[in-house]
Amino acid sequence: MTERSPFRNLAVAAVGGWLTVFVILPNLMTLATSFLSRGEVEFAILPITFSSYRELAGPEFLRMFLDSAWLALGAAMACLAIGYPFAYILARLSPKKRKLGLLFVIIPFWTNSLIRTYALITILNANGLLNKVLLGLGLISAPLDILYTETAVFIGLAYTLLPFMILPLYASIEKLDPRLIEAARDLGAGSFQTFFRVSLPLTLPGIVAGTMLVFLPALGMFYVPDVLGGSRSLLVGNFIRNQFLTARNWPLGSAASVLLTAIMALLLAVYYFCNKRVRREAAA
Amino acid sequence: METSSPPCIELERVSKSYGDLTVIHDLSLRIHDGEFLTFLGPSGCGKTTILRLLAGFERPTTGRLRIRGQDVTGEPPNRRAVNTVFQSYALFPHMTVFENAAFGLRMRRKSKEEIRVRVEEALRAVKMLSFAGRRPSQLSGGQQQRAAIARAIVNKPAALLLDEPLSALDAKLRKEVQLELKELRRKLGITFVFVTHDQEEAFSMSDRVAVINHGVIEQIDAPNVIYETPKNLFVARFVGEINVFDGVAVSQNGKVLDARVEGRPCRLNAGERRYAPGQKIKTLLRPEDIRLEKANGETPDGLFGVVADTVYKGMTIDLIIETDGGKKISATEFFNEDAPEAMFEKGERVRVDWVEDWEVVLPDDGA
Repeated sequence: MTERSPFRNLAVAAVGGWLTVFVILPNLMTLATSFLSRGEVEFAILPITFSSYRELAGPEFLRMFLDSAWLALGAAMACLAIGYPFAYILARLSPKKRKLGLLFVIIPFWTNSLIRTYALITILNANGLLNKVLLGLGLISAPLDILYTETAVFIGLAYTLLPFMILPLYASIEKLDPRLIEAARDLGAGSFQTFFRVSLPLTLPGIVAGTMLVFLPALGMFYVPDVLGGSRSLLVGNFIRNQFLTARNWPLGSAASVLLTAIMALLLAVYYFCNKRVRREAAA
Repeated sequence: METSSPPCIELERVSKSYGDLTVIHDLSLRIHDGEFLTFLGPSGCGKTTILRLLAGFERPTTGRLRIRGQDVTGEPPNRRAVNTVFQSYALFPHMTVFENAAFGLRMRRKSKEEIRVRVEEALRAVKMLSFAGRRPSQLSGGQQQRAAIARAIVNKPAALLLDEPLSALDAKLRKEVQLELKELRRKLGITFVFVTHDQEEAFSMSDRVAVINHGVIEQIDAPNVIYETPKNLFVARFVGEINVFDGVAVSQNGKVLDARVEGRPCRLNAGERRYAPGQKIKTLLRPEDIRLEKANGETPDGLFGVVADTVYKGMTIDLIIETDGGKKISATEFFNEDAPEAMFEKGERVRVDWVEDWEVVLPDDGA
């Protein structure tokens, strides 16, 4: 198998080229820019400096990062709370209905997410669908001011990222052998005990994967806070975008990007090693 | 054999339907305490459904179900005093063998010390104590099987339900586990309810075998009774090899039935059944009950045929005989080393006879 076919060489070259041009080079350029100084005409000029990173080390950026992380975590937990029962039911449907259900999860992907976020405005604003329904049901007496608050951002993030939670959860729940549930029941476990001692631990990989897939993008997503949060909420994603597009401080924006990427990489590394350890334990 | 104490398990007119499809028809059955009962039947006959009804994974459409005299018809599996050994073992992959075995006791909130003692006892009973710290993925099929049995017996259930637990094991290991299961049952005194499609397995382990077909019990008896006096053609054909001869009743005097079998006059033992002259009958004979002799032309009565093939089986030899009526039958002969000349050759003409009274005569129900 050492001999490579021309097609294989071509495929490897294409993938390698793609990764070089669109992943490695841009990231290296961002990394390089983060160590440059801010220029008046050019975006970034020499000399090399650490001033951007010094600026980020201040309490302001830290608070913004913690705010973003907190919001992203909230969105991830909301997605988990909604996604788990959804994925569970989906995985237990007949194969035909399952396909249909998965289709409904995936269909929103076919619409641009920016457009979907704008659509949320019409639902969340003072005269929006949500308020009309709540008023109609008599649950509230005055329209709620949801739009342009953190709540709106939270709803937007959870809505946009929900499929990223459902799909890995579905994959791991579908693999869960229903006979294990029967075995637990047979051995005297009630529904709750069966869930917490058998279903939950066995679908943990899906829970962790889904949480990562929601948490990490939510951390850097800028258009959702932009559209739904108005000018009031400043999250990491918006901050980075602002540095590039409004403040024209490319080195600072780059530095924030590098930092965010590094933190995500760290989280992924932790996830990877935990996973590996669990697998080693299972095999040892 | 009526006793005052209630039977271990009692099914009273239990039926189970899925929509229009009825898989269990009006089943009534008592399983005694300490009994080893096997449900034997072809796949799709409903035997696994019966077990799932007992375990509580399915609810009967009609009828009642009692365990130790207590009505459990509407009870979920976790409130029933029975435990299942699953066909696929269904061991929890995220737990060690010890944790698997301890699961039932933990659910019952037993003390740590009691759990340790009982789990170790159960693991010792199935010779798995030294594997207590392993995970299911690190065990062989046979070891997983033992762990699954330990996980069930540790709860001291009223009955152990076994759903084809040996079907995934190779032939040699299966024989071993069969013996071990018998031994285990003797030691524990627990009622065993076993499901299999393998009649040898059913016969070698059970006190009673219930032959199931299309959701009804065709016959429930001790293995030897089922083998020697099957109640109908289905049972006869399902348990072991059997030769079926067509015939017509001529006249009956008590148990003695004069009939024409494959067109030849024969005297049969009809047992308790009565046949009207002219009624169609089937005469059943196990291959080992057939006796062959070389046709010498002096005895014109009886069945004649030609040896069509011989199948060497080691201890025995199977002879395929094609009768004059064109029917292929099979006869098992033991080697007679003292008289090798008595063995039959291919193409030889033989007279087919059988050990007197060992034939089974049944009415021809068209099956």
